[in-house]
Amino acid sequence: MNISYLFLIPIIPLAVFLVLGIFNKMIKPTVSGWIGVGGLTATTILSFYAAFQYFFVTGKLDGAYQTFIEKTVWMNFTDTLHIDLGILIDPISIMMLIVVSTISLMVHIYSRGYMKDDPGYTKFFAFLSLFTFSMYGLVLATNLFQIYIFWELVGVSSFLLIGYYYTKNSAVAAAKKAFIVTRFADFGFLIGILIIGFYTGTWDFETLNNPEGAAIVNWASTSFMGLSVLTWALILIFMGGAGKSAMFPLHIWLPDAMEGPTPVSALIHAATMVVAGVYLVARLFPMYYFVEEGFVLHIVSYVGAFSSLFAAIIAITQTDIKRILAFSTMSQIGYMMMSLGVSGFDGHEGVGYMASMFHLFTHAMFKALLFLGAGSVIHAVHSNYLKDMGGLRKHMPITNITFLIAALAIAGVPPLAGFWSKDEILVAAFENSMFIYSIGILVAGLTSFYMFRLYFGIFWGKETIYAHKPKESPRSMTIPLIILAVFSVVVGFIPFSEYVTADKLGFVAHLNYPLAATAVLVGLTGILFAWIFYKKENNLAERFANAFGFFYKWASNKFYFDELYLFITRQLIFKRISAPIAYFDKKFVDGTMEGIGNKTLVVANKIKGIQSGKVQDYAFGFISGVVVLAIVFIYLWTN
Amino acid sequence: MDILSLFVVLPVIVIIALVFTKSLKQARQIAMVGSVIQLGMALNLLFAYLKEVNINDSIFVFTRDIIWFKEFNIHYNIGVDGISVALILLTSIIVLAGVFISWKTYDLPKEFFVSLLVLATGVYGFFISIDLFTMFLFYEIAVIPMYLLIGIWGSGPKEYSAMKLTLMLMGASALLLVGILGIYLNSNADGGPLTFNILEISQVNIPFEAQKLFFPLTFIGFAVLGALFPFHTWSPDGHASAPTAVSMLHAGVLMKLGGYGVFRVAMFLLPEGAMEWSWFFIILAAIGVIYGAFAAIRQTDLKYINAYSSVSHLGLVLFALLMLNKTAWNGAILQSLSHGFMTALFFALIGMIYTRTHTRDITKLGGLLKVIPFISVIYVIAGLASLGLPGFSGFVAEMNIFVGAFQNEDMFHRVLTILSISAIVVTAVYILRVVGIMLMGPVKNESFLSLPQATWYETTGVLLLLLPIIGIGVAPLWLSDMILKSIQPFLQGVL
Amino acid sequence: MIPGISITEILTLTSILFFIGIYGFMTRTNLISMLISVEIILNSTVINFVVINKYLYPELLQGVVYAIFIIAVAAAETALAVAIIINLYKQISSVDVKETETLKH
Repeated sequence: MNISYLFLIPIIPLAVFLVLGIFNKMIKPTVSGWIGVGGLTATTILSFYAAFQYFFVTGKLDGAYQTFIEKTVWMNFTDTLHIDLGILIDPISIMMLIVVSTISLMVHIYSRGYMKDDPGYTKFFAFLSLFTFSMYGLVLATNLFQIYIFWELVGVSSFLLIGYYYTKNSAVAAAKKAFIVTRFADFGFLIGILIIGFYTGTWDFETLNNPEGAAIVNWASTSFMGLSVLTWALILIFMGGAGKSAMFPLHIWLPDAMEGPTPVSALIHAATMVVAGVYLVARLFPMYYFVEEGFVLHIVSYVGAFSSLFAAIIAITQTDIKRILAFSTMSQIGYMMMSLGVSGFDGHEGVGYMASMFHLFTHAMFKALLFLGAGSVIHAVHSNYLKDMGGLRKHMPITNITFLIAALAIAGVPPLAGFWSKDEILVAAFENSMFIYSIGILVAGLTSFYMFRLYFGIFWGKETIYAHKPKESPRSMTIPLIILAVFSVVVGFIPFSEYVTADKLGFVAHLNYPLAATAVLVGLTGILFAWIFYKKENNLAERFANAFGFFYKWASNKFYFDELYLFITRQLIFKRISAPIAYFDKKFVDGTMEGIGNKTLVVANKIKGIQSGKVQDYAFGFISGVVVLAIVFIYLWTN
Repeated sequence: MDILSLFVVLPVIVIIALVFTKSLKQARQIAMVGSVIQLGMALNLLFAYLKEVNINDSIFVFTRDIIWFKEFNIHYNIGVDGISVALILLTSIIVLAGVFISWKTYDLPKEFFVSLLVLATGVYGFFISIDLFTMFLFYEIAVIPMYLLIGIWGSGPKEYSAMKLTLMLMGASALLLVGILGIYLNSNADGGPLTFNILEISQVNIPFEAQKLFFPLTFIGFAVLGALFPFHTWSPDGHASAPTAVSMLHAGVLMKLGGYGVFRVAMFLLPEGAMEWSWFFIILAAIGVIYGAFAAIRQTDLKYINAYSSVSHLGLVLFALLMLNKTAWNGAILQSLSHGFMTALFFALIGMIYTRTHTRDITKLGGLLKVIPFISVIYVIAGLASLGLPGFSGFVAEMNIFVGAFQNEDMFHRVLTILSISAIVVTAVYILRVVGIMLMGPVKNESFLSLPQATWYETTGVLLLLLPIIGIGVAPLWLSDMILKSIQPFLQGVL
Repeated sequence: MIPGISITEILTLTSILFFIGIYGFMTRTNLISMLISVEIILNSTVINFVVINKYLYPELLQGVVYAIFIIAVAAAETALAVAIIINLYKQISSVDVKETETLKH
């Protein structure tokens, strides 16, 4: 399969970014919108064409999907280590291409309506293209360092887009927070990369992931503090992934990131960038699986499961609809991580890996739909808060129906997309560990509960009197909603296990009826509770909240993690480290230098008295010098 | 006249021409034309070098040797390798940008441009010298105009800062002179004549005791200019008081003499001394990296932030040089270049903001992105470049340094390397703090709404500096190959 | 070569003369007296030159010639010094060395 033409996929958005960025002021807003959409349409067509080629034309070789690589050296470090830029085509990168292009295209179309009349319209599309470019670079990366490069670039695009409304202080703070938290995680990632580079001599995924390759076979050759160095490296790389994917405890930036425009939240903070961490672990999955017998995978699964539960609990208590969705995203990504963590490698053993990728795929569709729907609601009522909404189903029928489809999908109601992927995840968890499975099933119940709390709260519930009568969004916004709703219904029927598996061989997945029935039942129970609590206006919910009292308050304050981080940064780093250093520099380091200068002056003042100007003093000095010299010479001569 | 001596002669000719000018207009035009010619020469040198290096495999090319002082065997001996070519190009770009940025120097314009060009002469001379004595001479020529430039055209406590800067640098040169004389007096260890020629000395086995004694002197002598902790305190005060173009030249070019000198003289001529002392200076450099970054968090004056940021970034240069392998050294040179462009750009932007708002205190600024978008956007880009974002030169340089530093396997190097890497997080904090407070947020002061946009000369100056940053960041391979090739002979000397 | 007088005695005499001159130079504040003291010092050395020449190399004349040189230079120097002193007196109406410290600034 010739893959050279796929270089166009990242290059087109880059070109769009450069054009829109450099000729920002000269391009009319409508034109720039069309340039953005046009560019993205082209890449989307290319992506789908590539997927078709890869899976159906080229197909399998010896029963396995092949990997195609094309790359060029970008930077040389040592004789063996170098950074390549290139593209790597295998099932997961193709899958990510589809996700990124589809969602990005939908978001581009949607933004034409949503961002209408915004003064920074062109700039917005430029940033979107920059992000899309970086994300393509990330998913197509051939080696760890390339992924790191684009990892940073998506981080900065995310920073720019969260801070899009830059005159708002909260947006600026959120953007800063997102960047710095992920940067901190990337610090771990970078060290992980350096360790891998040093001990294996390569960063290429092909070489690293080869189960018979030197990297995996010799994993035990060097150890540090009881674990193989490669295990440490993988833990650190997972730290990078956890930062991007908002895993506990590096999750604090994601809810705040909702300060960005809603299409951005849908694209970056729901569907694509935040799953980069999952993608990273999946990329290196053979290493994670074989090194130290999957030690790091345990960490991955527990972190994922915990984050998933943690976020789901917080989501129940939030009142800002975008934040609810943000915590929901965190929870679902935790699900994916958990699933990766419990996965095996060969054949049906690898169901967790497959399920994780499947869920990533379906989640992208319905979560983007949820966010875009929420954006449509916010567009209509000009508020993010549940208290300002209610009864919108009459005013916004299309948004209502599409949102309902998405909510049902995430709740795992058959036959929608979420049902299929979630079921596979629960199967994987069930086969691996009862503990993880029980967390998974609990989260499934919580998910459907908070999601329908949200749905009923927006579209049913109390009849709110609106200052401006809300009306359905323009067609540029509803069309993407409808398309994504269709996707949310149908993508579940894709036989994913035949295409995307850890060993690339594919297997046939069967529905596990008892497990599926349990999951559906739990989901429906969640919906039922939400129905009772929130369908009609009543005070049941408050009574429950009061009954939980203390715990409720904790959860609604996100377990005070923001405050903890604020304490660490403001109190510890700024006040206890940085300020003393600045003081030390002024007083001691500079003080020493000043002191040397001042002492020189003092000494100079003292000794300048010797130069008295009195001839006799000079004469005395002169003659005593002569006498001393004479004595010295006499004695030297005699010896 | 050979291609290299022109670099020393041309500024002198421009200086002479400047003496006869009568007004600011004439002075700046002549200075600009002179600097454009220098840039052209530097580009020409680059291409000539790339051609020459294919057919000529000596360490230095375009060499020329004229006896100056027979008794002491002092020569005017010049030549360049890839590293000096790159640094000469850096210098010429920054000088030109500096001239553009000082377009409106109203008091004593003639004298200002003359001093600027004297400085440039010294720097060019330093980069092309192979003879230690000539090198030292040019070094002094470059350092001394700084006193006048800060003392006369500066702002704030300018006399104090100028004095502090000059005295500390002179103190360092005193150490350096001792170091150089020490090398000179030991250059006959193998029975040859005493010599100042770097290449000849590098063939001599200077006795270990002498190396151990003179390495720290030479190293500190140069490294003070490279803002080695704890000898960096001249830099924040000096930068804060200096006029814009001088800050640019100083941080962008002059501070590079430090790293270059360490590499060319201290490391190359005293390799065993370097091995012996490296642990000590690595600690100082690593402290500088982290310490500078943390100190920058608490500053409110833009120039101070940038000065401490320079301490951190140049600490990385010294850190990399002491790692004694080619990847780290390549990173050190790249970092020198990249830092040169970035700080110059920063100082230029700070100057523009200052001339508009008359303050450099970030707590008094806010929302500039809305009122002066061009300057602010470039500031954001410069900030992102400075925190090592891929696509900009800083990333390439830092990654080389980190990968190189990571090649040293023992615990001591590992721990310090990881500590230094952690500076990338702190850097992000202080950069984003400035961006957040100063550029974003609501417009703090009504009077900002009427600030003028960037003028053509400011735009030109800024873009001149921005292009190489992006250029190196996007396509680093040719540059790094050129530098790697030049590092090779030096590496053999050390290992 | 004076019979009965050894070189030691003459050198002792000139040494005494020399130190008298030094003492005068250091203790007197009047410029004229200091000038006289300097002359005494010079004279003591002149005697030394002549005597040492006479006793060590009686057949040569260098020492004597040198003595004449010194006398000539001393005369010139005295003339110069007196001129300076007179000028100084015109300026500050004093020939006291303590009054001339203003030169140091």
